[in-house]
Amino acid sequence: MNSVRCADLRKTYKQGDQDVIGLDGVSLEVEQEGFVCLRSPSGAGKTTLLNAMGGLDRPDSGEVYVAGKRIDNLSKGKLAEMRLRNIGFVFQAYNLIPVLTAMENVEFVMHLQGVPAPERAKRAGEALNEVGLEGLENRRPAKMSGGQQQRVAVARAIVSRPAIVLADEPTANLDSSSARHLMALFARINETRGTTFVIATHDEMVMSYAKRLIRMRDGKIVEDQLQET
Amino acid sequence: MSITLRLAWRNLWRQPRRTWLTAGAMVFSNVLLIFLIALQLGTYQAMIDNTLGAFSGHLQVQRSGYKENQRIRQVVPRIRDVAEELRSGLGLNSVAARGEAFALASSASRTYGIRIIGVEPEFEPRASRIPSLVNAGRFLDDPVAPEIVVGEILALNLKAQVGDELTILGSARDGSFAAAVVNIVGVFDSGLDELDRSLAQMPLEFFQETFAMNGAGHAVVINAPGLFEVESVAEKANSLLPRGQNLVVHDWNDLQPGLRQAIQADLIGSWFMYGILVILVMFSVLNTQLMSVLERTKEFGIVLSLGLSSGRLGRLVLLETVLIGLIGLALGVALGGIATSWFETHGFTYPGMEEMAQQFNVPDRFYPDLNAISLFAGPVVVFAGSVLAAIYPMARLHWLRPVQAMRSA
Ligand SMILES: Nc1ncnc2c1ncn2[C@@H]1O[C@H](COP(=O)(O)OP(=O)(O)OP(=O)(O)O)[C@@H](O)[C@H]1O
Ligand SMILES: [Mg+2]
Repeated sequence: MNSVRCADLRKTYKQGDQDVIGLDGVSLEVEQEGFVCLRSPSGAGKTTLLNAMGGLDRPDSGEVYVAGKRIDNLSKGKLAEMRLRNIGFVFQAYNLIPVLTAMENVEFVMHLQGVPAPERAKRAGEALNEVGLEGLENRRPAKMSGGQQQRVAVARAIVSRPAIVLADEPTANLDSSSARHLMALFARINETRGTTFVIATHDEMVMSYAKRLIRMRDGKIVEDQLQET
Repeated sequence: MSITLRLAWRNLWRQPRRTWLTAGAMVFSNVLLIFLIALQLGTYQAMIDNTLGAFSGHLQVQRSGYKENQRIRQVVPRIRDVAEELRSGLGLNSVAARGEAFALASSASRTYGIRIIGVEPEFEPRASRIPSLVNAGRFLDDPVAPEIVVGEILALNLKAQVGDELTILGSARDGSFAAAVVNIVGVFDSGLDELDRSLAQMPLEFFQETFAMNGAGHAVVINAPGLFEVESVAEKANSLLPRGQNLVVHDWNDLQPGLRQAIQADLIGSWFMYGILVILVMFSVLNTQLMSVLERTKEFGIVLSLGLSSGRLGRLVLLETVLIGLIGLALGVALGGIATSWFETHGFTYPGMEEMAQQFNVPDRFYPDLNAISLFAGPVVVFAGSVLAAIYPMARLHWLRPVQAMRSA
């Protein structure tokens, strides 16, 4: 089974009285345990595609399936529920809730899922260990480096064991060594847990980790190739 | 502590100054409301006590119909016995029998129409304040003596003073002439012009003799221990009245209908002012909460993406307001309570109030009345208003989509 499947997605944005193409007939299947990079010039539709796959935004037409279930026609509340259970997100920046510590940020999603407190603490601790942040559990985001913050975001994304993690330019705000560390972490999680990753990026280094590289232009997929890592 | 509560609480202190300003506005209006409402209640209490305490009392037992048409034949028979039974039955000393008549009073040089009250010298001082307001001479002390005390203005008008004689001329209960010569033994100053101009008091038994009352009188005045006890005392008094004589118990609202109306009119005016104060606080809350929601749009986009429902996010924002509101409530009640209770013991006055007090027969010091109502009514409304004001910022979140929120700069 696929973790995500999209069929003929189309989306146009209105900018004033101009139509801007976001997606122009995108069909895509992401296999389980995949490690996919989306690359494109700026404005070609990577973010729009990730948002559609993650149920953050609705396409104008086409279908999206996550873990075999159609999601593009779900209500707002059901979508939120679906995201909570199935999808981990890592964004470019401002990922964390500033008033919560690393630990609390990771616990937050489990709290929303209704995981009981002792279990939350245990799993959050494990996830933070997994991303290499043991000892920083009680720091707030403002007292952490950009790389550390992204790691907290990763811990939060994987803590409820989603089938898929969607990352939109996760390294864009990091220096190259932090970026490398983060990608190594993604690769390891993909390896050990079998979590699927779909990463939008402009960064060649990031692409070098991908098992599959998809190139987009003007809202279309123009190239889709497997690559050795 | 639940994570939502923790989150809400910490969010407040991201902008401590703003939070304190908002809470400060609540505290300020709460203190003001507590003080003003307590002062208002205290003033009403004083107004009622003053007006009623001077003469009319909280309750009066009369023949039914006498209040509307004060004819001398509408009597309470054996009135001193009725008063005595009420005193023992109610366990109250502040019960006094009276007779009332209109008559002409002539001094050596002038004649005026006056209202003569026959009073029990022993009990009248416990039922009204006029006996204690005698400022020249003394009050009556002999139940049968031909003596009289008169109001200050009346004495001036009659050009009479303590030691002078007055001739009283009127019609008695049986229609015959009533005439007496009495000695002025005292002059009182009640501060109420209406009383000082026309009222005079003489011993009840002498009054009964003069006006052929045959042991009857017109009213038994009862003062309850406090305003709140008036109703229960009235009920009890009613049950103690002799049957078959058509007697009724009037409460102070029957006796002084203007008083309650004046209070109600004043209440409406002040509710209006309090309403404006609460609305100002509501706008300040609306403003800060709207600001705090707008500047966190990006952050909200993230948590919405994670799967927090917008309803839950809204509740978080509401909880933040509830927390500020609780700070405002607690500090407001504490500070307002302390400040007001200080004035409750020391009284409150301002320049110029003494003159006004003399003119309008109000005390020259106001004593706020701090009780559950004056302490909590204002703060609870401010709290409710603040929470209400946070509903709009909260509702806006309902339409927030994660993508558009995250794209906002
Ligand atoms: N909410 C929106 N309103 C209007 N236009 C939008 C909106 N979101 C995206 N667009 C436009 O749609 C097109 C695709 O945008 P998208 O963000 O998906 O591209 P991207 O590949 O992620 O670009 P980048 O590499 O810069 O992140 C762009 O032209 C963009 O300007
Ligand atoms: Mg993008």
